[in-house]
Amino acid sequence: MSTFELLLQGLSTALDPMILLYALIGVTLGTAVGVLPGIGPALTVALLLPVTYGLDPAGSLIMFAGIYYGGMYGGSTTSILLNTPGESASIVTALEGNKMARAGRGGPALATAAIGSFVAGLLATLALAFLAPHIVKLALVFGPREYFALMVLAFVTVSAAFGDSTMKGLTALFVGLGLGLVGIDGLTGQARLSFGVPQLLDGIEVTTLAVAMFAVGEALFVAAQGEAGAEKVHGIKGSVAMTRADWARSWKPWLRGTAIGFPIGAMPAGGADIASFLSYGAEKRMTKYPEEFGHGAIEGVAGPEAANNAAAAGTLVPLLTLGLPTTATAAIMLAGFQQFGLQPGPLLFATEPELVWGLIASLLIANCMLLVLNLPLIRLWVKLLTIPRPWLYAGILLFATLGTIGLNPSPVELSMLLLFGVLGYLMRLYGYPIAPVVVGLILGPMAEQQLRRALSIAQGDWTTLVATPLSAGLLILAGLALVVPMYLRWRGRGAVLAQLAVAED
Amino acid sequence: MSGLDPATGRRPNGAAFTIAGVLLAMGSLLIWQGFAIPDKGGYAGIGSGDVPIFVGACLWCLALAHAWSGLRQSGPAMPRQQPVPILFITAGLALQLVLLHPLGFSIATGLLFACTAAAFGKRNFALSVPVGIGFAFAVYGIFDQLLKLNLPAGLPETLIFGG
Repeated sequence: MSTFELLLQGLSTALDPMILLYALIGVTLGTAVGVLPGIGPALTVALLLPVTYGLDPAGSLIMFAGIYYGGMYGGSTTSILLNTPGESASIVTALEGNKMARAGRGGPALATAAIGSFVAGLLATLALAFLAPHIVKLALVFGPREYFALMVLAFVTVSAAFGDSTMKGLTALFVGLGLGLVGIDGLTGQARLSFGVPQLLDGIEVTTLAVAMFAVGEALFVAAQGEAGAEKVHGIKGSVAMTRADWARSWKPWLRGTAIGFPIGAMPAGGADIASFLSYGAEKRMTKYPEEFGHGAIEGVAGPEAANNAAAAGTLVPLLTLGLPTTATAAIMLAGFQQFGLQPGPLLFATEPELVWGLIASLLIANCMLLVLNLPLIRLWVKLLTIPRPWLYAGILLFATLGTIGLNPSPVELSMLLLFGVLGYLMRLYGYPIAPVVVGLILGPMAEQQLRRALSIAQGDWTTLVATPLSAGLLILAGLALVVPMYLRWRGRGAVLAQLAVAED
Repeated sequence: MSGLDPATGRRPNGAAFTIAGVLLAMGSLLIWQGFAIPDKGGYAGIGSGDVPIFVGACLWCLALAHAWSGLRQSGPAMPRQQPVPILFITAGLALQLVLLHPLGFSIATGLLFACTAAAFGKRNFALSVPVGIGFAFAVYGIFDQLLKLNLPAGLPETLIFGG
């Protein structure tokens, strides 16, 4: 069957009234939580994971996809109206968007962000649909060594390639890899680092780690700064509608942002942050109004917003086709799949085509729902920004612990939540990135299995790892991604890389 | 892992050494556990114990890198941290951990809610504890009854929903 037919079939799954309801609940919850300050897409997805525990796999995954897209939309609202430096993927949006809001042009800024996200989401999801079957075919020739090389590349891009210090990124990554070793070894059944505690045999739950580091760590960090951190919300003055000039200046950045964002998300080359930053740079170079940049240029909102949504859809390419999470958000989504015993990858396209194509089709529908939810109802979401901080963070911690308790109400699990929360706080305080820990935890054991499998096949011959051009090329790429940034930092050119920091997803 | 002391934030140069020490300890733990596994690796040549040893060795290298950078440069100035809110939040989490099974989800989580609110300046427990317990109870109702999540029940949950 052609991709087009499969997609139509997926649409018929996705248009089932119950599934539509799940998608609607997903996008609504995703937007609501994503709007809250200090909560990025990764945490949105982690916090809302327990909502999906009781549902059937199809409904739950579709709700989940809605949450993911909704979180991306919601984040941009926050960064336009509330200049929160912590919101990673939308941080560039904050540069121009917040300036526009200050100048009373918050409405058009939100509109161009929402419509740009819609255009990018739609195009990128279609690209995902048409690209996925080809990658699946390609994945069939992938052996363990190619998977291992891809994972090494993902490790390097998520930890060392961007950010202000290779050392800090690698430290976070290896802490994650170390934590990933806890539990039963998937190949031999040998218990490792469990110290006789039965709860540790299952390993450390990705959701527990993610929620602890992102939610508890963030709450501790914000609380420890005292009252100084409070930020003023800029209300929407006047109309949300964009003028003809706004449209004329927005549509090209949307398309350029999509073109930049999707490939970056689809290759393991860093997440949405990188995409939005590069798009911002491109818009700044190509604009006809350079004097407006830094004072609220609409191109600086339209491009990066489109880019980060396109990258979000792009990260679904390696996740769905190869089972490879390249960002913290994707790592949590993978945990969401695994709770139903579904392993994303080429096999899933063969064994559960209705599920995969239903999921992709419902992403298209979720996108349309989000446009409706975000344009006319934007004033409603803005109200969420005015929740007083004590109640807001109390609620966040309530839901953070709910996920862990719902999964496994054991004191061991809750102690880990507390321990990793404190670790997350300290890492934030000393400027260590969090995402590599989460990616290391979930990808580490997968990489170890592929490595040992590859070596088993070659009877212990290490040259097998570079025996095919593909695996050798990927490993060389990973080596370059590690060494080139180190050289740039050494030459004092690190400022650009620091701005590209992968903060959250 | 939690051996780092937030108080060292005032001496950023010392922080690098503390972090190096923690990494060294964690690396040693991994290497020790890796060597403790009686596994010869079979066909692959590497077995269950070898990856922990590799990760441990990398942590050792990173500890060295931290110590080296601690010697060469002083870290960035830290913003002053307030200890009281941190204590409130950790105490709230610890309380929830201890009280979850004896008293049930609503009361334990309600207390966490109140402690977190206190960390952010709402110190009026006469208001925040009932609000927290009420909210947690509503959450219990939705998630345990409607969404079939298995949350530990206490007295209030058993009374209303019949356990």
